[in-house]
Amino acid sequence: MKPRTFSWIRLWALVKKEFIHIVRDPRSLAMAFLMPLILLILFGYAITMDIKTLNLVVYDQDKSAASRHYVEGFPASSYFSVVATVENYADVRALLDQGRAHLALVIPPHFARDLEQGRSARVQVLADGSDANTATIALGYAEAITNRFSTTRLDSKVELAVDNRLRVWYNPELKSRWFIIPGLIAVIMTVITALLTSLTVSREWESGTMEQLIATPVQPIELFLGKMAPYFVIGVLDVLFSVAMGVWVFDVPLRGSFLFLLGVTAMFLVGGLSLGIMVSTIAKSQLVASQLAMVVTFLPAFLLSGFLYSIDNMPRFLQAVTHVVQARYFVEVLKNIFLKASPPAFVAGDLIFLGLFAVAVFAVALGKFRKKLA
Amino acid sequence: MSDIALAVSGLGRAFGEMWAVRGLDLEVQRGEIFGLVGPDGAGKTTTMRMLTGILAASEGQATVAGFSIHDDAEAIKARISYMSQRFGLYGDLTVEENLRFYADLYEVPRRDREPLEEKLLGFSNLTPFRKRQARNLSGGMKQKLGLACALIHKPEILFLDEPTNGVDPVSRRDFWRILYAMLKKGVTIFVSTAYLDEAERCSRVGLMHRGRLIRCDTPQKLKEGLPGQLLELETGQPRDAREALAAQLGSSRVSLFGGMLHLYTEDAAEAEQIRAILQQAGIAVLAEKIITPTLEDVFIHWVTRDDAEAAA
Repeated sequence: MKPRTFSWIRLWALVKKEFIHIVRDPRSLAMAFLMPLILLILFGYAITMDIKTLNLVVYDQDKSAASRHYVEGFPASSYFSVVATVENYADVRALLDQGRAHLALVIPPHFARDLEQGRSARVQVLADGSDANTATIALGYAEAITNRFSTTRLDSKVELAVDNRLRVWYNPELKSRWFIIPGLIAVIMTVITALLTSLTVSREWESGTMEQLIATPVQPIELFLGKMAPYFVIGVLDVLFSVAMGVWVFDVPLRGSFLFLLGVTAMFLVGGLSLGIMVSTIAKSQLVASQLAMVVTFLPAFLLSGFLYSIDNMPRFLQAVTHVVQARYFVEVLKNIFLKASPPAFVAGDLIFLGLFAVAVFAVALGKFRKKLA
Repeated sequence: MSDIALAVSGLGRAFGEMWAVRGLDLEVQRGEIFGLVGPDGAGKTTTMRMLTGILAASEGQATVAGFSIHDDAEAIKARISYMSQRFGLYGDLTVEENLRFYADLYEVPRRDREPLEEKLLGFSNLTPFRKRQARNLSGGMKQKLGLACALIHKPEILFLDEPTNGVDPVSRRDFWRILYAMLKKGVTIFVSTAYLDEAERCSRVGLMHRGRLIRCDTPQKLKEGLPGQLLELETGQPRDAREALAAQLGSSRVSLFGGMLHLYTEDAAEAEQIRAILQQAGIAVLAEKIITPTLEDVFIHWVTRDDAEAAA
């Protein structure tokens, strides 16, 4: 019996039709290509974890050569800029309160005398802890500068017991952009892919063309693949544009294999596009479908993918939840390709989950779709 | 191949507590053109959707082209065509692209395609518009394109849900010309319509009301089956005459057609009574004859009676 077999003719007809829809609708075309670029620019510049300049307020009660020498170490490090030199605690408090200073340095009156007499001198460092991240980093820098000052004061005959030489691999300058951009591409693409396909099936329910379509011998699998194919092409182009921007606009090195990147993108796209299709089989209006697609992709991809917040630091139950967040695997693999260039076998676990996600979601969408009204 | 295109028994569909269609029994022969008429909300579209396999029936059985709507809906879909009430084609595809899309969906062989395409476009006078996007067609042309798409795979049975609703008279005539041509080729047609002159052209007509098929026969037999006689009266003052008669006999029995009054009479005695009423009102009868009822008369009669029975 003819009607129950898969037909390449039908699939190709659906693919062509879907392409025509996209090409003849400038708005959907613009959304497909401009949205990822705009998001990448907005978030790429907005999200940064680098701390460039920390504002420092100095209250030097000693006013000696030694104390001045010590204070000069701060702006010299290029991390700090002295925004004010004050003469009382009230001003210190005011500057920290207003947020005009991140850190305050208070040097007691006997600083130079203590040093000369070989006693350990004490200084007070106050940090604005309302931004804990910045405060921690600022304190770390302050400590380093203080240590360096101490060693220069030490007798040159004394050698350091341990000479600590730190080296950071993959991102030697610890530029946060280097790990944010690859992750950001993964997160943005997760949202875009689901959004694109979530609209296509619900649009047909809304316009009444679906009623006509389900009365033909068309098979759900042909329908889904036909809907996904054009968006797959768009998705690949989007990822390529984003990667190009990452490399040439944001100066992130692409160290891994380009072919591997394409392969992973393909695996990711099948899952992401299927998710959108699944959403549209549940929601039969475009408005509900697009909102649902945003909810199931945006927040999980942003918060639970390990893109900004390390999964290892999350509570256990949240860690468990991240296993079903598709973006998690794509974020991990993309960071890997960009920065580490380790062979695919090193991220095999992520690849397997990415594949499983694609197959499972497509199967669920197929299972949920009925060629029936109501 | 059996001679029966459609066999329906006890078919029904409920939406929540409400039965949209219930207890539908029907048989349609191959090569027949069957018309389904009835007021809005009578259950015509629901019936159509169940028979085309896109809406699950809540109860009853139906076989279409020899296949059960419950177990073989997909086999049915390959053999029929369905044109839904709403324009279901793609507005951003051209006439030609829509036609080819449907040819592909039904896997029409390439070699048969071109002549068939030309013929259908020519038939529906759409040839000059083949490169035009469907959304830019007039209402009548849209419907003809819908029909062309429905015919591209030579279906055994054609289901049309109010296909000429809101279509201009010229396009309507084109449309029916195509239907008759298909009928000659042995295609079975199942059409719902709000136009009774179209129902008149069907080999049999089913009258649906409140989810049930209340009458089903040939247009001729339906008219003959109307109890009593239909009297046509010509008077000088038709409006006054109508009011006088309606006051005595009830408004549902008197209707005005042009300048003529149409009245149902059960027997000769009643005809006598009518003359008496008019005489009393001082209205002269200029001419009087017994006429054959139209389908509209039949339709109004049974629907009114069904409503009266439901109210009782």
